Amino acid sequence: MKRIISILLENEFGALSRVVGLFAQRGYNIDTLTVAPTDDDTLSRLTLTTQGDDQMAEQIVKQLHKLIDTIKVVDLTVGAHIERELMLVKIKASEPDVRAELKSSVEIFRGHIVDVTASTYTVQLTGDSDKLDAFIDAVREIGIMEVVRSGVSGISRGDKFLRV
Amino acid sequence: MERLSGGEIVIRALKDAGVKHVWGYPGGAALHIYDALYRQEDVHHLLVRHEQAAVHAADGFSRATGEVGTALVTSGPGATNAITGIATAYMDSIPLVVISGQVPKIKIGQDAFQETDMVGVSRPIVKHSFLVTHAEDIAETIAKAYYIASTGRPGPVVVDIPKDVTDPNYKVPYEWPSSVKMRSYQPTNKGHRGQVKRAVKTLLSAKKPVIYSGGGVVLDNASEQLIELAQRLNYPVTHTLMGLGAYPATDRQFIGMLGMHGTFEANTAMHEADVIFAVGARFDDRVTNDLDKFCPNATIIHIDVDPTSISKNINAHIPVVGTCTSVLNEMLSIVDELATEPDAQAIKDWWVKIDQWRADKGIYTASRYEPSSGDVIKPQDVIKALYKATDGDAFVTSDVGQHQMFAAQYYLFDKPRRWINSGGLGTMGFGLPAAMGAQLAHPEATVACVTGEGSIQMCIQELSTCSQYNLPIKIINLNNSALGMVRQWQDMNYSSRYSQSLYEDSLPDFVALAEAYGHVGIKVTRYEDLEEKMRECFALKDRVVFMDICVDKSEHVYPMQIPGGSMGDLYLSKAEKS
Repeated sequence: MKRIISILLENEFGALSRVVGLFAQRGYNIDTLTVAPTDDDTLSRLTLTTQGDDQMAEQIVKQLHKLIDTIKVVDLTVGAHIERELMLVKIKASEPDVRAELKSSVEIFRGHIVDVTASTYTVQLTGDSDKLDAFIDAVREIGIMEVVRSGVSGISRGDKFLRV
Repeated sequence: MERLSGGEIVIRALKDAGVKHVWGYPGGAALHIYDALYRQEDVHHLLVRHEQAAVHAADGFSRATGEVGTALVTSGPGATNAITGIATAYMDSIPLVVISGQVPKIKIGQDAFQETDMVGVSRPIVKHSFLVTHAEDIAETIAKAYYIASTGRPGPVVVDIPKDVTDPNYKVPYEWPSSVKMRSYQPTNKGHRGQVKRAVKTLLSAKKPVIYSGGGVVLDNASEQLIELAQRLNYPVTHTLMGLGAYPATDRQFIGMLGMHGTFEANTAMHEADVIFAVGARFDDRVTNDLDKFCPNATIIHIDVDPTSISKNINAHIPVVGTCTSVLNEMLSIVDELATEPDAQAIKDWWVKIDQWRADKGIYTASRYEPSSGDVIKPQDVIKALYKATDGDAFVTSDVGQHQMFAAQYYLFDKPRRWINSGGLGTMGFGLPAAMGAQLAHPEATVACVTGEGSIQMCIQELSTCSQYNLPIKIINLNNSALGMVRQWQDMNYSSRYSQSLYEDSLPDFVALAEAYGHVGIKVTRYEDLEEKMRECFALKDRVVFMDICVDKSEHVYPMQIPGGSMGDLYLSKAEKS
């Protein structure tokens, strides 16, 4: 099953390469990866998604925790959580009926058209990965020119938080 | 506050970290550091002949003492030559600090002369690594390196220092940090009390227990606690290749090494056990054989300082994360508190079974191989002669192959840190430099390197280092003119097609070679001379002696687990299965 793993990491030289290297070294796949500094600029928050059963997920979490730069690791999929991904899609849109159809699809998916030319629409969409996949399926026939996805970010629901 | 250059700080920090010996090899990017080394007397440097040997020697020193070993190399080829040594230490969890010179910061990424991304190249085989970018950071980084290397599950740490950071003209205040605290690194030492209690109760309820201990017990100096617990309960003890010596091999309760070349009694006891108490061991593939057939009836208690080792290969029913010493101490005190004793009758019956296995098929109760005679010297008999000549009290290092297994099986180690070998990585070339490290650590002790004509040639240049620093090690070369273990596998799996495992007539005259380095060479070709020559070798206390012993090429290491079988499925000889 899909796992969303969140890591609080020292914002230091080589820290990201150690995380990525660990996945390559141990034969785990990374499906998505996002990383950025937090409100505390000595810390990076990294979210990655991977596939694995419970035993594999436990081993991944333990291996990540073993990295010296890692401060905290949590498998968000174990509890209630919020998952968000940002997507930008550039779509062919020169015919008036296509433009109308696209506009209504974007509304249905609660996205925004953020750039317009005579022949294209650029759409911005946020949501969980399934919603973004569904949008792509919905507009595929129209003609997708380019897709950019941020990868998953996640946070747990309720009172729990990941902080030093 | 005292002001020092970066190069001076490196050496002063080593001194303040308690380092007395550094193994290394100079080169361009490390020259500022080497100049600072020259201008002081506290830190003693030993010049090796190849950087791989510097790391192995630091490693051997660490294994023989428990202290952190230190190596110093230059950038580029110096750093990459150190890699095999670092990987060896990593696989066996040996605490090392390896300092490498790097090209100046401004040249990093320019493909400069002797530039290698050392932090990148070493990343998968280090516990941690640092690139130091300011002279002001050197002391703290080195303090962290020693702290990380020696705590938790130990391992090698690389400190890569660009040349401009050690500039002799740039001086900064020097202060050695009084303690190291890292918010991202806080290893668990003490086991969870509730889990430890569960572990003790399960252990006490066992009817067919086995204590399976590994390198972790040796590394954490927990041998005393292990012996106390085992003897208190009268339970059988087996060791992994890395664990040998933690429990005295000559004691009745020791049932031999387990695993691929372990004894029949140890492997069979594991297979039939109802409770397996694993301490500082990691259920390596050279132990378990087929995971699906592993110890079908056993409840598994697993103590390890590294949480990732627990339930990695084999699911632990009662995991305890903590150091071997602290958890075993706590177990001992809980055994005292609880009034329960083990089921004496069950344990007695268990010993009857084990003793029967030992008598019928053990390698210590009778000789299980053809006897040596005339010009046929069995390698096992060489190890027995070595044991006798050294009263079983030597530090024995080994290389990798058949000789390593024969040494592990037939040299009965009664103390920890006496058996020094590359267990995890299986690095040929480890034995000789590791012996130098052990001899440096224990100048008065007898240090023997058991090797083969294949392995010894991988670091033989270190015979020169032995001369320079007067390290009188004894090399016991089991010369069968073949890569013995490769040959054994070719016999067993490839219809004896000896692809590239024979030297034909190309081997050097090892006696002449030893003499060329200024050492003593002794050749043994007949069994009746073996014991006397061995005595002669160890009588030469102050000399390096190279014993070139021609052993039977056709001999195989047995027992040997049958691939795809359970732990107890073994070949006991060429003809006999368990």
